[in-house]
Amino acid sequence: MIQAIAFYLFAGVVILSAGLTISSRNPVHSVLWLILAFFNAAGLMVLCGAEFIAMLLVIVYVGAVAVLFLFVVMMLDIDFAELRAGFVRYAPVGVALALALAAEVVIGFFGYTAGGVELAVKAAPLDPTIPNIEGIGRLLYSRYLFVFEGAGLVLLVAMIGAIVLTYRERGGVRRQSISSQVNRRAKDSTRNMQPAVGQGVEL
Amino acid sequence: MIGLTHYLVVAAILFGMGVFGIIANRKNLILILMAIELILLAVNINLVAFSAYLGDLVGQVFAMFVLTVAAGEAAIGLAILVIYFRGRATISVDDVNRMKG
Repeated sequence: MIQAIAFYLFAGVVILSAGLTISSRNPVHSVLWLILAFFNAAGLMVLCGAEFIAMLLVIVYVGAVAVLFLFVVMMLDIDFAELRAGFVRYAPVGVALALALAAEVVIGFFGYTAGGVELAVKAAPLDPTIPNIEGIGRLLYSRYLFVFEGAGLVLLVAMIGAIVLTYRERGGVRRQSISSQVNRRAKDSTRNMQPAVGQGVEL
Repeated sequence: MIGLTHYLVVAAILFGMGVFGIIANRKNLILILMAIELILLAVNINLVAFSAYLGDLVGQVFAMFVLTVAAGEAAIGLAILVIYFRGRATISVDDVNRMKG
């Protein structure tokens, strides 16, 4: 019973906040609704026993991606009212496409329940005696080790790409020159003087 | 009783909303990126639901990789958005015609 209540709560809020994400007038509100959607999707995943993915959703999306979106939304200086202009014009096409895709998923599901297609045997059967996170860890660091490293490489390339794309050289900025700092020696910058008494030093 | 169907219906609705968001928000590139995130979230829900239903852990591992790609895609997409805005002072998709011959 409590599972059903939790499921309908999470599912309802996910769908509601997804709808508000794509229809909000203000992109900042959109980002906040997106965060709510991801939180509740994480709840859905906890509900079916995938704690690790739920944790990852909250950390990666709410902690990183949503904040990135917020930064960009606040960085750009745009008249957002004008951006909504095409919404009504494109809405029918969008509705038609969305319905067609959702219908396809439903058809696929009914095909599956009606006997389905025999695919391969289970690759990594769920073992109820070990926790979810431990099971994923065992799988990730053994069979999927190279795929896992590939995922790390994807993130590295994405980071480098984002930096290279957005980096810009500005003129008139005094930057630190590390090599000239390191190359400077004491004899270049100091002098030994022997001033006469009462004369002081001339600099 | 909550079954696989419920999860798949939620994911299908979410996916449809993401596609609708891409089509309807033609003027706003940021919202399109967010709609793509919604689509990938729907995919992840499907993967996790089937993983739990079939008792096979690979679905969750794969969902993690989808998440990785989604994070990279968001970073690169927003970087492209920022340099596009720097050059054109707009983020409307209809104005992306610089490479049209």
